[in-house]
Parts: sequence; structure tokens; C-alpha cells
Amino acid sequence: MTGVLSFTDVAVRFASTETSTGAPPVPPAVDSVSFTINRGEIFGIVGESGSGKSTLANSVMGLLPRSAQVTGSIRVNDREVIGLDDDQLRSMRGDEVSMIFQDASASLDPTWSVGDQIAETIRAHRTISRRGARAKAISLMTEVGIADAASRYSDAPHRLSGGMRQRIMIAAALANNPQLLIADEPTTALDVTIQAQVLALIGELRKNHGTTVLLITHDLGVVAQVCDRVGVMYGGKLLEVAAAEDLFANPQHAYTRALLAASPSGAPRGSRLPVIPAAWNIEDLQRLRQEGTE
Amino acid sequence: MTTIAPPTGGPIVRRPRSKPHTSTRFVITGVAILGVLAVAAIAAPLIAPHGPETVEVSRVLGAPNLQHPFGSDVLGRDVLSRVLYGLRTSLLVSLTAVTVATVIAVPFGLAAGYFGGRVDTAISRTLDMILVLPAMLLAITFIAILGPGSAVAALAIAVIYLPILARVMRSSTLVITRNEYVLGARARGAGHLRVLVHHVAPNALGPVIVQASVLSAFALQLEAGLSFLGLGTQPPTPSLGGMLADGRDVLIQAPWVEIFPGIAIVIAVLSFTLIGEGLRRSFDPRGVAE
Amino acid sequence: MSDIVPATTLLRVEGLNKTYQAGGPPWRRRRVHAVDNVSLTVARGRTLGLVGESGSGKSTLGRCILGLISPDSGQVVFDGVEVQGLSGKALSSFRRRVQPVFQDPYSSLDPRWPVGRSVRESLDSYRIGTPADRERRVLDLFDRVGLNPNLVNRLPTHLSGGQRQRVGIAAALASDPELIIADEPVSALDLSVQAQILNLFMDLQQDLGVASIFISHDLGVVEHISDEIAVLYHGVVVETGDVEQVMKRPVHPYTSRLLAAIPSSTPPRR
Repeated sequence: MTGVLSFTDVAVRFASTETSTGAPPVPPAVDSVSFTINRGEIFGIVGESGSGKSTLANSVMGLLPRSAQVTGSIRVNDREVIGLDDDQLRSMRGDEVSMIFQDASASLDPTWSVGDQIAETIRAHRTISRRGARAKAISLMTEVGIADAASRYSDAPHRLSGGMRQRIMIAAALANNPQLLIADEPTTALDVTIQAQVLALIGELRKNHGTTVLLITHDLGVVAQVCDRVGVMYGGKLLEVAAAEDLFANPQHAYTRALLAASPSGAPRGSRLPVIPAAWNIEDLQRLRQEGTE
Repeated sequence: MTTIAPPTGGPIVRRPRSKPHTSTRFVITGVAILGVLAVAAIAAPLIAPHGPETVEVSRVLGAPNLQHPFGSDVLGRDVLSRVLYGLRTSLLVSLTAVTVATVIAVPFGLAAGYFGGRVDTAISRTLDMILVLPAMLLAITFIAILGPGSAVAALAIAVIYLPILARVMRSSTLVITRNEYVLGARARGAGHLRVLVHHVAPNALGPVIVQASVLSAFALQLEAGLSFLGLGTQPPTPSLGGMLADGRDVLIQAPWVEIFPGIAIVIAVLSFTLIGEGLRRSFDPRGVAE
Repeated sequence: MSDIVPATTLLRVEGLNKTYQAGGPPWRRRRVHAVDNVSLTVARGRTLGLVGESGSGKSTLGRCILGLISPDSGQVVFDGVEVQGLSGKALSSFRRRVQPVFQDPYSSLDPRWPVGRSVRESLDSYRIGTPADRERRVLDLFDRVGLNPNLVNRLPTHLSGGQRQRVGIAAALASDPELIIADEPVSALDLSVQAQILNLFMDLQQDLGVASIFISHDLGVVEHISDEIAVLYHGVVVETGDVEQVMKRPVHPYTSRLLAAIPSSTPPRR
């Protein structure tokens, strides 16, 4: 079975600036992670802060800082990504693989119209006339659910709401029909009602284009809404991978069980919420990390 | 899926302290240089080999030698001694000017940023009126009214810098005031004055201190400029700017008269700039990222 | 939750209005209703959940009740006394009895103050007890919110997000308030930490009988912790009532939309 994206024994270490002997090694941010995402699948990675989920996502796009050492193998469509040079990475980004982030307003240039930013992404990867790119951008905007796209084309980003901006980001990400879309906390900054709409949009795009999606989130509810399969990360390790239904119905790992139990929705009203056992307490982990690097 | 044991605490080993950040090194270097200059300036009466105003007719434009390491000027005065005393005047004028400006600017900027509305409009517009006048012109106007001298130069420089520092204080106050601990302190019973003194001012001062140390460098140049034009410190009291003016005419025959005060200005300006730049980097979180 | 406490009214908000001048170029500026004719009541020892999305005016409402900003019109009546127009002693005694807890544990503590001093601040400014009493009280409060007392002299940067939020709660409790206004107190926290803080809030209500207004965008959290709910939409309270009633039979379409958007823990079959 070949997947669109496969990780084999991937580890990411952030080298400390000094390599003095005797200093303990910095714990890897991502630690021996292996899994494969199948074509057309929405795969969720869920984890709390410091779990390494965003580092993992960035490693695919070569977006990690230079101090990061990535080992193992990351294959996109059977092509090894680790070790690609900047030019190769740039031609992959926004074409074969694209990415959307949590903060859509920070990802859009405030001085450019939103339509031009989408058109620019199209023109960066193929030869197409200005007018052709504009037409394509408008059709993408319509597709992501922006009403009256032709007239919103020349709007500056700040004229749009947060949900609309995230739709623009998704349109720009889809500009070149990528096979893989990496979405890093795409709905975290949005209001709950808007969040549901954006997730529904991602589900629809998968249905219409067969886009494979890697969705990074801290929110189990997001996973429940759109993902086919889910991986749970903690402390850089991938603890379990399961079909979304199975994960909620029958979590295998102690941490997953604790995480599910800690969520207030579903628990009887006013009941004490089970607290995650000390061994899995994210704050203890953060403290250890912080003290280790101070 | 293999299960993985929970990560256990393990020994917490501190990494050895890393080298100080560039920002810290800047500040330390700047403070060290400034310290040496300041000590030399303060101790001028003790270490100067000759009196700053002692005229030695036989040594007019005398070249540097062992008794006069920096040579002698047009009137046969010892350049080293005059540089030491000149440094004294220049540092005193520029530091006094910046200190006075800061002390006045901070409360105004604080009030404008914290209370906003009419208070802000009143303070900001008033200060803007100073800001629209060119610095040198303003200084010269002052001196025209009050007459030349070190104290007037310091006052003129302070007036020029007042609106700049107040603006910086105002904008950093605006940022700090938005923090929830300011609201929280009010809810916990602290009055406006208490909130301003204990929470807002200490957290908002950083950028002002940076700005003040950068401006000290400019103040030193401005003072030198005014004295060069004969509007600042009056002869025979030595000042670095005045010495530059004296040396200008004899630059070819006796370059030492011009060069040594020039070097002193450059070093003093450099020390202020290093301190300012170092502080700016250490306050700016992007500057310290490794 | 606390059925034993007789439901006497502690706080009554009536017809509260607050408008802001919207930014932008002068010709496009207009007044925006942040809070629009809002009325609600909180009974002694009970928790009112205030739900709304960003821009719904929930934080403005909270700050109006705290007396930190003054409304354009309307009344806030706390324990039978109109808050608007209080000054001097009466105002400070009101402030003592109503305390805030904020969202962001990174900006709600003064970064230059040891956390113990932040907790002590209200004891100092309201002059409660002798200095020695205050020291003791701070340690008690640390214990009360589940913090190790030897963290007293630490700066906020050396504490985790959850610990800082506990410090924020301890600071609010210091003056023995009867009402706590918590503005999104758990939304910046990881799920596992959020559970601990929610538990702490429920303990406080049970043990100390403190009433609270719990402001959140997360209906799941609000449902778990509240006795009554008010739903705020564009500055207007579109629905109020008992939690069960609102959750089971929402009247306003916006509430139904919010309910539908709560991520369920069981994924729908596709």
C-alpha cells in the first residue's frame, strides 16, 4: 500500500547551540514517528502543546529552523523529502503539498487584495495569463464558499471576517490542486459556529478533489467532526493510531483515555473531571523541558 | 501499535550556562568604555598633567612629546588636559540634558498613554508643537534668548528631546495598559496612582531607557555642534566641540589639536550607542532568540 | 449544584448599554453597540454561564459589572446597592466583593512581581489584617488553589500556564469576594490543565459559596460548570435560563446553532 505521505522512524532534534561534552542531550521534539496517510484520507494528529505535532507538520514542508536535525524518512508520493534543497522544496510547496495555518490574518499580506494573493500562488507554479489566473482565483473563491467572489476579489484582507480569511487561505492552498493539504490548527482562532463551517468545507474538498489532508489539532472535537484516522501525540511520540470512531469508542492508550475523560462535554454536569495522571501531565513535561534548556 | 511507557522524570541536569547574549556583551562593553571616560572626566583635576587653561607660549602648536602626549594647541595649552576637562563638560551637558528630558517626559507620556482621551490630546498636541521645529534651530533660538553657555545648551537639548521621549513613553504605556494585570490591579483595590507607579511605569520604562541612551549619543554630538558654533560652552572653558572649532584652522600644521578631541567624541558616542543598541536588543524578544 | 443555598439575588443587571466608537476613517466611523440593553441576575452562590463568540460583548459586560468601565445607561445593582456612582469607601468595599479572573495567564500577572505579591496586592491595598496576617493568608490561598507555597517568590515566567491561572484565582479570592467574574479562564489552557482548573472552580463554589459569572465561548465548558446560562449575541442576551432547559429546548435559533456546533465526542458515521 503506497500512501501520499509516509513517515518512517522520523525524529526531529533541535541542536543546542553549544555541543559541550557532558551536557545532557536535548529531548527530541519528535521521536521515532512512523505512519502512512492513504490517498484521499483525512488524517488527524491530536496532541496538547509541546507534543511535537506542529514540528512534525513543518518537517514535511522543510519549514523547520536550521538548527533542527531531521532523521528517518518522510516520503511524499514516494519521493524522499528529507535532504531536498531549497529550490526543490519551494517547487513542492504550494504545488504538490500546501499548508494552511492557524492565523490566517498573519499569513495574508495586508497590502494585497485577497484575490491577487490567490492568483499569485497560481502564477508561481505555472505559466498562465494574468486574466486566466484571475478567473481561476475567482472560481476558487466561489468554491470555498465566498459569495459574490468577483466583487470580493479586490478586497484587502482586513475587510473580511476571520472565517472568510481562512477560506481565502484554503483557496490559495488549493490553487494548484495539491495532492496533500497540511492544516495546522486551521480552526483554533475561529468562533465555534464558523469552525464547524470551515471543517465542513475541508470535508467537502476532500470529497470533490480527493485531496489528502493532514490535520493538526489540539481539539478532540475537531477530530471527531472530520477525520478518518487519528494519531495521538505526546512528548514527541506517536502513542496510537486508530480510526476516529475506534479512538473515541475504544481508546487503547492510557493517555488517550485520560484526555477523552478530561473533556467537559460528555461528562455529567457539575461532576469533577478526571485529572490526567501525573505521568502524563503536560505541564510536568513542559517544566522538565524548560528546566533542561534554561 | 506498540505501547510506550510514560516518560519518567529522569535526572534534571542543567545545561552549563551559555555565553552571554550579544546584547549583554554590547551593554557591558558600552558601560565599560563609558565608565573609563567618566572616571577620567571626573578625575581630570587629578590626572591631567597640566592646567586646561594654562598657556605655555613656547609650546604653541607643539607636537606631541612625553610631557604633552597629545601635543599643544594654538595658545600652547596641553591638549590632553583640555580633552579630559572637555570630556567633563560634554558628558555633564549631554547626560544632564537627557536626564532632565527623561524625568519630565516619563510622567507626561505615562499620563497621556494611561488616561487617553482629552488628557492624551492635550499632552500630545503640546509636545508636537516642539517636535515640528528643527532641533538645531530650536537650540539656537533658545541661546539667542538666554545667551550662550553650557547650562543653556543642556536646557535646549532637554527641550528638544522631551517630546521624543514622551512619545516613546506614551506608546509603551499604551501597550502595557492593555494587559489584564492592570485591570486586575484596579479590581484588587489599587488606585490609578498606585497602578501607574507599581505596574505600568516599571513595565513601560524599557523602551524609554533605550531611547534615552541612544539620544545621549546624539546629545553629545549636539553639544559639540553648538560649542563648535560658539553657542555652547564658552571659552576658555574647554569643551570637545569648542576644541574642534579651534583645531579647524591649524588642521594641516598641527592635526593633533583636531584629532584627539575628535577621537574622544567618537569613543563617547560609541559607548552610548553600544549601550542603547544592547538594551534595545535585550528588550526586543526577537533580538534574543537563539 | 448548591441547592441548599437559598436563591437570593446577589447581582442584578438591568437595561445595560455600552457603545464604542468604531475605528477607521472618519467618514466610516459609527457607534457600535457592544452591550445592548442587557438584563440578567445572579443568585448568591450560583454560577451564571455567559456564552458568546468573539465580538459578542461578553468581556465588555464583565468589565461593566466589575465597575472598571462605566456603562452608557442601565443599572448594575449588587446586593441591593446601585454600583454606578459609588465612590470612596463604598466603591472600594464593592470592589472587594467582586473580583475578576482573566483569560490569559500570561498577561494577567505583572511580569515583574513575584506571584505571591500579586496575590497579596488586594490585602495590601484594602488594608486587610496585619502584614503577618497577610503573609499567612497568601500561603493559605496558595494551598487553597493547589499551589506549592514555595512558589510564592517566583516570577510568573517561571510558572506554567495552569499554575499562573491558579495564581490568578488565588489573587481574586484574597479579598473574600462574593462574586467572581471569570472571563474565558480556561480557553488558553491545554485540555488536561483545563480540567484541573474547572474542578478548582467547582470546589470553590461548593466550599466557599462564591457566586460566579463564567464567561466563555465554549458551550461545553459552560454547560458543565453553570447553574444558569445567558447567551449573548451581538451584545444582546438572546436566551437565558436554567442550564438543562436551555440545552434541551433552546428557544433562539442562535443557541441552536451554538449547540449544533459543540463538537460531540462521538464522530458521526460517514
